[in-house]
Amino acid sequence: MNRVKNKIAPYLLVLPGGLWLLIFFAVPMVAMLSLSLQEGDIVNGYRFTGHWQTYTEAISNYDTQIIRSLIYGAVATLILIVLAFPVAYWIAFYGGKRKATYLFLVLLPFFVSFVLRTISWRQILTDEGPLLHPLREAGLISQSFHILGTPTAVILGLVYNFLPFMVLPIYVALERIDPRVVEAARDLYANPATTFRKVIFPLALPGVFAGVLMTFVPASSDYVNSEVLGSSETTMIGQVIQAQFLENSDYPTASALSFVLMLVLLIGVFTYARILGTEDVMKVAAR
Amino acid sequence: MTTTTERPPAAEVEKAARIKPKRRITGGGILHAWTWVIIAWLVLPILVMILFGFNDTPGRYNQTWVGFTFKWYGRLFEYPDLTSALVTSLVIAVVASLLSGALGTGIGYALGRYRFRGSGSLNLIMFATMSSPELIMGASLLSLFVSAGAGLGPVTITIAHVMFSISFVAVVVRARVMTLDRSIEEAAADLGASPWTTFWKVTFPIILPAVFSGVLLAFALSIDDFIVTAFTAGTTKTFPLWIWGATRVGLPPQVNVMGTLIFAVGVFFALAANIRSSSKSKRD
Repeated sequence: MNRVKNKIAPYLLVLPGGLWLLIFFAVPMVAMLSLSLQEGDIVNGYRFTGHWQTYTEAISNYDTQIIRSLIYGAVATLILIVLAFPVAYWIAFYGGKRKATYLFLVLLPFFVSFVLRTISWRQILTDEGPLLHPLREAGLISQSFHILGTPTAVILGLVYNFLPFMVLPIYVALERIDPRVVEAARDLYANPATTFRKVIFPLALPGVFAGVLMTFVPASSDYVNSEVLGSSETTMIGQVIQAQFLENSDYPTASALSFVLMLVLLIGVFTYARILGTEDVMKVAAR
Repeated sequence: MTTTTERPPAAEVEKAARIKPKRRITGGGILHAWTWVIIAWLVLPILVMILFGFNDTPGRYNQTWVGFTFKWYGRLFEYPDLTSALVTSLVIAVVASLLSGALGTGIGYALGRYRFRGSGSLNLIMFATMSSPELIMGASLLSLFVSAGAGLGPVTITIAHVMFSISFVAVVVRARVMTLDRSIEEAAADLGASPWTTFWKVTFPIILPAVFSGVLLAFALSIDDFIVTAFTAGTTKTFPLWIWGATRVGLPPQVNVMGTLIFAVGVFFALAANIRSSSKSKRD
């Protein structure tokens, strides 16, 4: 009796939440694929025609924005690794009893709305703001020097908003390193640089991988930073998709673009996983 | 090290102990400074937001510093549509966090306790919801709602928020269930408690803190969410959506005040939860 119960119990527990994920995560993906192959407009409705040309048109119209988004995402991710690794390293190895406090400080931005944080940056970076105004007054920068509206501003926003997502996984990986392994390297006369290169960094790689996954994907599909901090010169694919969906109601084009973006990101992630070794992906996935 | 090996003289040990931390401090010094630079950079826009909530700006244009005032805290609810957007956000966050708390706990408990067929696919779909770009989730949900002819509003926003929060709750609860000492439950069963009683009187109180932090996490995810919400809201305005719409006409200082209050409450809850769990682990 009890054994039978134990066999159904997990399914009963999983059922409501599992169905929710199925209906509102998996099914929508199918709906989006179907919508991208439909024709029509918002007034007369849409009909499935298998019109795949929407894809070729969308790609040829917006290839600049797609490539730009991937470049911004990649540059932001590289900067994030450089900025975040030392922070994660210091907290993991020197944080002592205050580790939790430092992690909390790194997570502080999450207590402020994403939109509000980004708008706050605009306030700081604006031409009359607290950063550029004094510099211009002092004659250190020219009258025509701007940060807002440039790719620099957009990438800075992306780096800022996703930094905690890079620090945390690297920290977790470093924290798990057995101190005896590092000691063993020293005992075998490895100098600090070699110890880092041959022992610590390889062990931190799964964390870096997870961090890249958690930052590159949202950064290259983001539209808030380029909308708030950028200009028409920095338009990212996210902005195009958002506008096609919510402003122009061109659902087939918008769905097709979303699908292309998703495929590009998936291919990117899997290629990257292939290069790094699939074992790491499984470790990350299992977490 | 075995006890038979020759121990170095005490003076040498002391010397080594003195040298080692010193070397660590010089190496760690730069890293320590770097960590603080990054933290300062992370906190800077938050401070700007808080500061401009005290700015004595004449109207809706809150870009340059004029003077210090407390008046916006007194006139917090001056914009009815801003207030109602905040209320909408709060209501959605409460409903979505409770719902995803219940659904996520079910999944997390099952994954932590039982081995069953389909758990692999379940893990995969959870991983997918946690790592998919918000833009794609929002776009696909909108596609579903458009195809189904469903009207967009608070209900569709809540559905979306529950969807992306379930997995986070499940992960938190699963971690707690996995470390749970099963002998306590067996003891309850030995003392004649039915599985039902055992669950509610023994197991549930133990996993409750994890459920609670899962619900808090879901609440934070929901109240902060912008991208998925933008796609599923229709004409409904949540707090972040209202801010987004108002940026072109200027953000009144009340937005900064509300942002500051949400920040303060969030930090307070996080600290309270942290202190509670650390004092508890000391008692254990």
